[in-house]
Amino acid sequence: MNTSGVIRSALSVVVVVSMATLALMGLVVAPPDRFQGDAQRLMYLHVPAAWVAYLAFATTSLMSALYLWRRTRRRRWDRLAAASAELGVLFTALTLALGSLWGRPVWGVWWTWDARLITTTVLLFLYVGYLAIRRIPASDEVRGRRNAIAALVAFVDVPVVHFSVVWWRTLHQQATVVTPELDPQIEGAMAAALLVGVVAFTALFVRLLWARYELAAHVDHLEADVVADAVRRRRATATDAVLQEVSA
Amino acid sequence: MSSSQTRLTAAGFTSQVATVARKDLEIEARTGVAVGRMVPFAGILVVLFAIALDPDSGLLPRLAPGLFWIAVLLSALMAVARSFAIEREHRAGEALIAAGLDPAAMFLGKSSAIAVELLALELLVGATMVVLYDVSRPGAAIVVACLLLASAGIACAGTLYGALTMTDEGRDNLLAVLLLPALVPLMVAATRAFEIAVDVGTGTARTWIGLLGVFAAVYASLGSLAFASLVEET
Repeated sequence: MNTSGVIRSALSVVVVVSMATLALMGLVVAPPDRFQGDAQRLMYLHVPAAWVAYLAFATTSLMSALYLWRRTRRRRWDRLAAASAELGVLFTALTLALGSLWGRPVWGVWWTWDARLITTTVLLFLYVGYLAIRRIPASDEVRGRRNAIAALVAFVDVPVVHFSVVWWRTLHQQATVVTPELDPQIEGAMAAALLVGVVAFTALFVRLLWARYELAAHVDHLEADVVADAVRRRRATATDAVLQEVSA
Repeated sequence: MSSSQTRLTAAGFTSQVATVARKDLEIEARTGVAVGRMVPFAGILVVLFAIALDPDSGLLPRLAPGLFWIAVLLSALMAVARSFAIEREHRAGEALIAAGLDPAAMFLGKSSAIAVELLALELLVGATMVVLYDVSRPGAAIVVACLLLASAGIACAGTLYGALTMTDEGRDNLLAVLLLPALVPLMVAATRAFEIAVDVGTGTARTWIGLLGVFAAVYASLGSLAFASLVEET
C-alpha cells in the first residue's frame, strides 16, 4: 500500500473509533442536562455538524480563491471546492434537522423564525444554488471560473444575511462555549463529549472530502478517456474511408 | 483583469457606463418587452395577494410592505432575464467586450438600466397598492431613499447572478433559485423600512436604509470585480 493509502486507512480508523467514543460519551458518560434532560444530548451531534458545515463552506471559499488566482489555478482546487460544498450542504441540512428535533421538546416548536435559523436556511439555499450553477455545461476553463466566482459571492453574502436577520430578530440560544469572556459555561463530561464530537465529525468530513474528490477525479479522467477513445475511433474510420477511396 | 486594455480615465469609464445604460433603456423603450411582461405580472400579483389574504380581513394594509417587495423581486427576475437576452441576440454582448468595452462598465451600465426599469415599476406598484390596499400615505423621505437603494441593490445582484446563470442555453429558471436567497437581506431591510414609513413597524428606518446602502455597495463592487472573468473569452 502506498503512503496515501495508509493515511486514508488510518483516517477511516480514526473516524470509526472517534464516532464510537462519541456515542459512548454522549449517551452514557455525560449526565443529562438539568433543564433539558436527555434532549440536550442531541447537541453532541448538532454542534459538530454545524461546525463541519462552516468548515466545509470555508474550504470551498478557500479552494475557489486558489482557483481564481491565476498562479495557483489547478483543476484540483475546483474539484475540492465542489466536493466540500456538497458536504457543506449535507451537514447544513443535518444541522437544521437535528436542531429541529431538539427544538421540539426544549423550545416547544419544531421551527421558529429566529435569526440563526433563518441565516442557516438561506446559507443552505445559497450553496444548493452554487451546486446548480456547477451543472451548467461549458468548457472546463469557463466553468471553473464561473464556479469559483459563484462560491465567493455566496461566501460574501453570508455575513450580510446574518447581520440583517440578527438585527431583525433573535431568540437562538447564545453561544455557550465560545463566550466573549472565554469562560465556558459547561460541565466537564459534557465539554469532553462535545470535543470528541467535533474531532469525530471533522475526521469524517476530511475522509468524505477525500473520497468525493477522488471520485470526481476518476469521473473527469473517465470522461477524458471516453472522448479520446471516440476521437481515435472516428479518426480510424475516416482513415479507412480515405484508404478505400484511394484504392478504388 | 482586463490587462490588455488601455487604462480608462474616470470620465471615459463613466461615459461607457452611461452608454450601456442608455442602449439598454433605448432598446426597452422601442421594444417594450420587459415592461410588457413586468407590468401585467406585478399587477396580477397585487390582485392575487388580495385574493389570498382576503381584502376584508384588514391584513392587507399591514402586510402591504412585504407584499410590495415580493412583487418587485419576482418582477425583477424578468428584467434581468431580458437584459441578458438582449446581449445574447447576435452575440451582442461578446461584440461589445471585443470592441474594448470595460466589463465593469458593462456591469454597471446594465445594472443602472435595470434599476431605472425597477424604479418605474415600483412607483406603479406602490401607487396601485396605496389605492387598492388602503395603505396610509407613506413618509416620502424614507420611501425615496429606500426605493433608490433597493433598486440599485436588486439590479446589481441581479446582473451579477444573471451573468453567472445566463449562459448560451439561456437557463433563466436557475436565476430565481440563486438570486432570491441572495436578496434576503435586502428584502428584510426594505420591508422593515417600508413598515416604518407606513406606520405599521417599529424602530428607526435609518438602520435599514443603511443596510440597503451596504448591500448595494457590496454587490456593485463584487459585480464590477467579477464581471470581466464572467464575460471574457467565453
